[in-house]
Amino acid sequence: MAETLDQIFVALKTWLVSFAPGQWQPLVSAVISVAAIIGTFASLFALTTVLERKGLGRIQNRYGPNRVGPYGILQPLADGVKALTKEDVVPRKADRVVHFLAPLVLVVPVFLALAVLPVGRNMVAVDLDAGLLFFFAVGAVTELSVFMAGWSSRNKYSLLGAMRAIAQMISYEVPLILSSVTVVMLAGTLSTVEIVEQQAVYTHGLADWNVFTPWGSAGFILFMIAAAAESNRSPFDLPEGESELIAGYYIEYSGFKFALFFLGEYIGMFAISGLGITLFLGGWSAPFAFLSGIPSYLWFFAKLMGLIAVFIWVRGTLPRLRMDQLMNFAWKFMLPMALVNLVVAGLWRFLPGGVTRWVICSAVVVGAYLALGRAVSGRAGPARRSYRFAD
Amino acid sequence: MSVTLCILAILILGGAGAAMALPRLIHCALALALSMAGLAGLYLQMNAQFVGFAQALVYIGAVAILIVFAILLTGGEGTAEVGRFYGSWRMGVGIALGVLGVLGLAVLSSRALAGQAVPVPEAQVREIGDLLMTDYVLALEVIGLLLTAALLGAVILAMPSASARTGSATHPAKDQDA
Repeated sequence: MAETLDQIFVALKTWLVSFAPGQWQPLVSAVISVAAIIGTFASLFALTTVLERKGLGRIQNRYGPNRVGPYGILQPLADGVKALTKEDVVPRKADRVVHFLAPLVLVVPVFLALAVLPVGRNMVAVDLDAGLLFFFAVGAVTELSVFMAGWSSRNKYSLLGAMRAIAQMISYEVPLILSSVTVVMLAGTLSTVEIVEQQAVYTHGLADWNVFTPWGSAGFILFMIAAAAESNRSPFDLPEGESELIAGYYIEYSGFKFALFFLGEYIGMFAISGLGITLFLGGWSAPFAFLSGIPSYLWFFAKLMGLIAVFIWVRGTLPRLRMDQLMNFAWKFMLPMALVNLVVAGLWRFLPGGVTRWVICSAVVVGAYLALGRAVSGRAGPARRSYRFAD
Repeated sequence: MSVTLCILAILILGGAGAAMALPRLIHCALALALSMAGLAGLYLQMNAQFVGFAQALVYIGAVAILIVFAILLTGGEGTAEVGRFYGSWRMGVGIALGVLGVLGLAVLSSRALAGQAVPVPEAQVREIGDLLMTDYVLALEVIGLLLTAALLGAVILAMPSASARTGSATHPAKDQDA
């Protein structure tokens, strides 16, 4: 029963494909996968917008949207109608072609990136041998779209936003990729499907997730910080800081093009969180052996919603960084920490298993964290901070 | 000649042509990025997944961004006043012919043209990694050293000189804790 429920979508797809004539079957299969990805993640986007506004509202001690539908759950519908019917304003001086193309260049790659994420057992759109590399390759294209949007608008705020965005994305892509490399080193493959399958084994009832190792937990934290920066989420939302740049690179976009940017940002967040889940949190596998009866796709989406909740929480809690803090953090803390983590992953691979391996690896990670943190902050140790206006 | 090859060829050649011919420098850079994306597609069509994705990652994600950044920072985004073709076009044609000759020789001497059926290499990433770590380890190390040197050079270029540093005594990070 659990097996049937787990594979119900796979069976459904096989059943649907069997109606198509022979030579059309690969095409039909691809179209079904694409439709499933777009449908699922676009509705998840709609759900997340309202959840985020309600969550932020609760953090800020107010209600959030509660007028459209029960508990305001139909708010995205109203937002969608509003975005579709709004006038599409293009600045007179704007570069029309590039201005039109920029939202598309953002949305298409982020949806492509979802194709290599295994959302359940046997549920991946394309199982590529170099799946992880594919993810980063299509992710790189989004940087170009941000630049296109900022430059073509002919607005100094949008250009400033684009410059900030590109500087930030390039800086944080380094620790992002370096922290994923640890997983590749230990798994010995770039295929996302295989990486998840290696984590879906159980020792003493506990899953072998990468996050349960010293290098994995350090790598996961580094990865998620870099992921927040890559998807321009708070506290790394300088490129679109409302109080500084109004809305950054998409200031001159209105109506549905703005909605596309919004969609692209959220889908990008889902994609990169999904990759974090795939690399460190065991993808679709259950944390404990006795829970593996629950369908695999439910696990994946539960973890995804959990990570998104953390993103919303962080957005409601932390203030925005300053540009120099952002760069210092990326190059002086994240990058050395990611490099140290690579060494730790190597140690983990070659030291004999057991308690000593745990102690040595954890010691290196924690020691590097303390040393780097003190070096970057310029303080000798934890001390009472004094605030100019708060004391 | 498959349909995908035709589409990719149009993308690559059209992008390259536009990169040469368009009046605005930023448009040229974007057209170049399009051409590089086409090249990545071409590698993918030849079953070279790793090379194709690396092409997209490096050339679109890094090189194209670097080009547009350089254009913006140097303020050269306006339309060029000088003609679209420089006076040294004869030299350009000469170099292009030379490159065409070398590439043509390479293509003509390849086994594919001689009618020998070459088995389609199904290059797995693991095999590429193995080769890089065994047969080509020296080349890999040399490239790594070169890139590290370039990185250090960039850091030294970006560092403020000693006189400039003493001039700006109030560092923003220090200022905050006061």
